[in-house]
Amino acid sequence: MSNAVSALGGAVCSDGIATITEFGPQGMITLRGDLSSGDVKEALTAAGFPPAEQREIAVEGDLSTCWMSPDEVLLLCAYADVSKAIETLQSNLGHTHALAVNVSDARAIFRVSGRHTRDVIAKLAPVDLGPHAFPVGSFRRTRLAQVAAAFHMRDEDTCEIICFRSVGQYMFDLLKKVSEPGSEVGYF
Amino acid sequence: MSTRLYKGGRLIDRASTSEFSFNSKRMKAHSGDTLASALLANGQMLMGRSFKYHRPRGVVASGAEEPNALMHTGSDASFEPNQRATTTEVFDGLAVETQNHWPSLEFDIGAVNTKLSRFLPAGFYYKMFIHPRPLWKHVYEPFIRKSAGLGKAPKDKDQDAYEYFYAFVDVLIIGGGLAGLQAAKAAGDSGAKVMLVEQTAHWGGRAPVDEPLSGGMVDGKTLDAHIDALVGALQGMDNVTLRTRTMGAGIYDHGYVTCYERLTDHAPKSGGPRHRLWRIRAKQTVTATGAIERPLSFAGNDTPGVMLASAIRDYAVNYGVSVGDRTVVVTNNDNAYLTAFAMKKAGLDVPAIIDARAMGGGALAQKAREMGIRVETGKGVASVKGGSKVKGVAICDQAGEGAVLEEIACEAVAMSGGWSPVVHLWSHCGGKLVWDDTQAHFRPDTSRAPTSADGAAFVQTAGCASGAMALSATLDDATAAGASAALAAGFDAKNVPVFDVQETEEAPLQEVWMMPQGASYKLRSKAFLDFQNDVKVSDVQLAAQEGFESVEHAKRYTTLGMATDQGKLSNINGLAVLSNALGQPIPQTGTTTFRPPYTPISLGSIAGEASNEVFQPIRRTPLHAWHEAHGAEWEPVGQWRRPYAYTRNDETLHDAVMRETKNTRDALGLLDASTLGKIIVKGPDAGKFLDMLYTNMMSNLKIGKCRYGLMCSENGFLTDDGVVARIDEDTWLCHTTTGGAETVHAHMEEWLQTEWWDWKVYTANVTEQYAQIAVVGPNARRVLEKLGGMDVSAETLGFMDWADGQIGGVDCRVYRISFSGELSYEIAVDAGQGAAFWEALIAAGEEFGAMPYGTEALHILRAEKGFIMIGDETDGTVIPQDLNLHWALSKKKEDYIGKRAHVRSHMADPSRWRLVGLETEDGSVLPDGAYAVAEGDNENGQRNMQGRVTSSYYSPNLGKGIAMGLVHMGPERMGEVIDFPGLDGTIFKAKIVDPIFYDKAGEKPNV
Repeated sequence: MSNAVSALGGAVCSDGIATITEFGPQGMITLRGDLSSGDVKEALTAAGFPPAEQREIAVEGDLSTCWMSPDEVLLLCAYADVSKAIETLQSNLGHTHALAVNVSDARAIFRVSGRHTRDVIAKLAPVDLGPHAFPVGSFRRTRLAQVAAAFHMRDEDTCEIICFRSVGQYMFDLLKKVSEPGSEVGYF
Repeated sequence: MSTRLYKGGRLIDRASTSEFSFNSKRMKAHSGDTLASALLANGQMLMGRSFKYHRPRGVVASGAEEPNALMHTGSDASFEPNQRATTTEVFDGLAVETQNHWPSLEFDIGAVNTKLSRFLPAGFYYKMFIHPRPLWKHVYEPFIRKSAGLGKAPKDKDQDAYEYFYAFVDVLIIGGGLAGLQAAKAAGDSGAKVMLVEQTAHWGGRAPVDEPLSGGMVDGKTLDAHIDALVGALQGMDNVTLRTRTMGAGIYDHGYVTCYERLTDHAPKSGGPRHRLWRIRAKQTVTATGAIERPLSFAGNDTPGVMLASAIRDYAVNYGVSVGDRTVVVTNNDNAYLTAFAMKKAGLDVPAIIDARAMGGGALAQKAREMGIRVETGKGVASVKGGSKVKGVAICDQAGEGAVLEEIACEAVAMSGGWSPVVHLWSHCGGKLVWDDTQAHFRPDTSRAPTSADGAAFVQTAGCASGAMALSATLDDATAAGASAALAAGFDAKNVPVFDVQETEEAPLQEVWMMPQGASYKLRSKAFLDFQNDVKVSDVQLAAQEGFESVEHAKRYTTLGMATDQGKLSNINGLAVLSNALGQPIPQTGTTTFRPPYTPISLGSIAGEASNEVFQPIRRTPLHAWHEAHGAEWEPVGQWRRPYAYTRNDETLHDAVMRETKNTRDALGLLDASTLGKIIVKGPDAGKFLDMLYTNMMSNLKIGKCRYGLMCSENGFLTDDGVVARIDEDTWLCHTTTGGAETVHAHMEEWLQTEWWDWKVYTANVTEQYAQIAVVGPNARRVLEKLGGMDVSAETLGFMDWADGQIGGVDCRVYRISFSGELSYEIAVDAGQGAAFWEALIAAGEEFGAMPYGTEALHILRAEKGFIMIGDETDGTVIPQDLNLHWALSKKKEDYIGKRAHVRSHMADPSRWRLVGLETEDGSVLPDGAYAVAEGDNENGQRNMQGRVTSSYYSPNLGKGIAMGLVHMGPERMGEVIDFPGLDGTIFKAKIVDPIFYDKAGEKPNV
């Protein structure tokens, strides 16, 4: 059967003040559990996921941990490795009360890049995007315009956005619209 | 006539000329001109007609407070009404038209109203049009609507783009005049993150116009030089952001401030968004919003050529424009003398300065006399001579009743009634005001500032906005405000600068609310307070006389301050007149409420980016593109778009629905069910939790089995339904309705986080992880067997079973559940495989007659079976018992959400409206939503009702109309015929029947 397709099949727009790329598919696991408990921490570390502090993303190679709430992290890994990672997590957790589910196909991922990236995101998200307030490694679960989204700066000029798959087209159109040529803000 | 002076104009570039059109007349302007300055330069004094009396009006101010010079700008998709000429920057190709006149600006039929003004006093509309009542709707209102309003409403869709920008700063400073710049410097020096916004295109405000006229200097430098240096210093600071053409529009709770940036109004061809609404969180906000000069209330003060004294000198100094050769200055203060100096400097004549103060002015008055200008003290203007332009003024004693002493010929009158601090932004979030007797104005009461969540002040004022009117006072106040805001935001403000200021002290003003103070009715009824809404001194006095003592009531009765300028010029004068009429001091009368925005902002900026394709998010399933390519007519379901039906060739939508409905019963239908909510509930207490959420039992569901369940609110009303599957020992998967996914998930989390926080349960909404496809109809099993893979036989996968496996090589989970009464499988595959799997089903299903079907066929199929639909049979007032769903209410369980509510007397009442089937006698379709009438009338004289239609369709499988409805004691009244009046007066007669119309025995899905 055919390979998995991402929400927009890798759409790209580079006409505006930032380049917008739909990216994926990306392996994603929602893990719910008491993040302060040693068992949960150990289960994550043993599966190779680095520990993430509040409102941060921790990256180690292909594996990332995104802090979502005191009892939820979003784990990123290669798309093909998700089932194996969930199995590992579940076996590491044993009887510890937790929930790990595959949400890879439930999401769309975008990257916004270029020197105006922070300005572009600040047109949509009620988040302080100043380089000091939101450095590389920070992670926010918030909204972009009218939809839920989470994002972080991969590097100084690249923001990675995760949203629900059903609003992937909206997100792409939105990012395109607020990065129209001539819309530079020059704030950051 | 107004004209361009041969030199001068600090804001214009005489080397650069552009062309614009005014009422189709071509005119020239220089770059830097506002529309108002350009019109005056072209000799165009008449700029509009007033709202009520259609009086000829010219520009009166030079800034945001302008009430008269409102224009239509642009055309078609760029058309915009009510644009203030004083804040519209001229660009090459600008096209403007004046408003509120017919047939032309110069000759306006509506001006007859001015002759009738005696008959159009305050409250005229309320008094006149109240009787007889029916005439209001059909005669008065259409007529008034046509004649009311200043600008026309745009007809075309706005062509421009708009956006928001979210910013977070320590100190936001609103107003880029001298005070704002100085406050920004003081705050910026502390290291705080500072943003400074200025509504015009220029820094410095009015100090560079005024101070040179009175000899004001800072550290031995002219104000222009001082401001240039200040701006330069601020530009060099990394922690300071400067934005011109950005107005502080509103201040809200928690330090939230909106600022309105006009990006391309002055250069519409430059691309990019037109306006940007800044949504700022500021720890501290400093409003350095300056002050607005007040007009004086004398007869004929609205004649074109009568302007604020400050505006007349602004036009001369900033734009090199003369309003007239001879300007008479009328004032109650020293400040207006500067206008006389500016006129003299421009080589123009000042026949007289009419100073209402008996004692006259101070040093500036002295200087005027030394310059040879005639200064009259204790005098006022009795009336202005001239109709559509000023020809002269009649002088009288201010203390008298208006007996004319002398007439002075002139072309312009510069009036000044003193200055009012711009307290709007300070007041938006609760900042209080105090009346300053010496300066005769309201200024911010710093002891009662707007407070934040922590009870501390979060807004401060600087400069004239604080009431610090003199140059040195402004600088000191602004420095202190900037430093104190930085301190409050957590920064150490150092380097408090001390300036060497040179300034001329001004003598105190004298309150003048009417000129002359004993003006006759005739004079008072021509002395305008509110230029934009044509409210005169006599109107406010009448309102007081008629008992409108509250300033808010008087405002609404007279319309004082209710137009697009929100009374920027008229408020203080109006409430002073009201206070005098009521015989009470001004502070006792108080002000009306200041509400955002400060001046009108575009609706586009409020909408931000949300227009056209991103007006609102549309949720698309993984199969959306396929549906779109195959004739889907969309139905919005929440934010989702679901196919209503797929039309083929020339088929009508109705025919498509009929075909799909019939084909699903006869052969094979495929439905995109991806939008149904899917929530994983896991944990040792998950069973217990679901037993509380659902009315029936879920904890005893066997692994591998499905069960239909109902959810109620705490008040017992049915809120959602769906099939629950037990996945493993401690995991369940709950299906919700399409619209219910997020709310049910939130409902679960709320109970878990607030009430049952110690229960070990986790939930995850995995709705979008899967594409879910319903394969429905007699051929359902055949197509799955053809694709091959897991065993879907009746023996292995019975009704209400589920199993994991592969079909056609795709990993899937198959639920054997049915919402149609047919043999049916709902197959969930990963969303990324959805489109491919769907296409495989379509291809494989061809030989079995496979057709996709939409939501309308789904509705008909379920209605034929008497299955209820949340949102059709329920509306938030319906309980499961109303729908004969007693079987789904567990009697074994001690409790579940809604259980206690179900025993309330009204819920347990046997005489509620309950679900039945309805069939018309002739097989026609009942109107959806129709009510069944009963005998007699209720206490409101309306027909009594006994039921209503909740779902109604034509069933192609049964060849007749079928309906469900809630009917009073319905199930006990089988066979009875009741009446449903239609909208056109016809009566539909329908028989109460069993709601299961099709396959009552339920044999079809069990194969």
